[in-house]
Amino acid sequence: MAELTLAAIDQAALQARAIRADCGAVIVFLGTTRDHHDGRRVLQLAYEAYESMALEALARLEREACERFEVSHCEVTHRLGEVPPTEASVVVVVSAAHRGAAYEASRWVMDELKARVPIWKRERFEDGNSQWVDGTPLR
Amino acid sequence: MQGKVLFFAQMREQMGAASAAWDLPEGSRVRDLLASLEASHPGIGPLRPHLAVAMNGELVRADTMLAAGAELALLPPVSGG
Repeated sequence: MAELTLAAIDQAALQARAIRADCGAVIVFLGTTRDHHDGRRVLQLAYEAYESMALEALARLEREACERFEVSHCEVTHRLGEVPPTEASVVVVVSAAHRGAAYEASRWVMDELKARVPIWKRERFEDGNSQWVDGTPLR
Repeated sequence: MQGKVLFFAQMREQMGAASAAWDLPEGSRVRDLLASLEASHPGIGPLRPHLAVAMNGELVRADTMLAAGAELALLPPVSGG
């Protein structure tokens, strides 16, 4: 089930729910905070969302992933608030009978998420400055 | 006709608030709301062409009629993930 959370994402629980007797492949994708951007040192990212709409959009991506690809299970969790380097801001878990569909669906969900979910991230740099990351028009 | 409008990210910072009430004549459209906000906050001008607008959680167009009591949301380009 789609989720937004201020706490660290429990990827072990997401992975455990994705392992199924009818599936031979589970792909767990983590999007993690990177410590640099355009040569500047990033201290952390901060995320905010239009939560009600973002949750619906994430749930729709989960459903569409199962309709478009031969996958049995898809679950997306996005973190909000401050996320320091190495921690996950997003986790996408996909289970399928075969790995091809799972890889495809995992990539598709992340590509769509970046254009269809009202979430914004702000980078905070070591030099004290911060900026909103250039985004994609919401569709 | 009244309702509420939510601001996010750069839009929230330019408006200096996370939300506001709107009060516009019957028959007003989404673009009328944007114009009234820009009149009071000219700083949102550069952002305006890049905004998506949602009404009650659904994306709408600039010429969509506002509904009484609706919750609008002004959404700059998104950067989740």
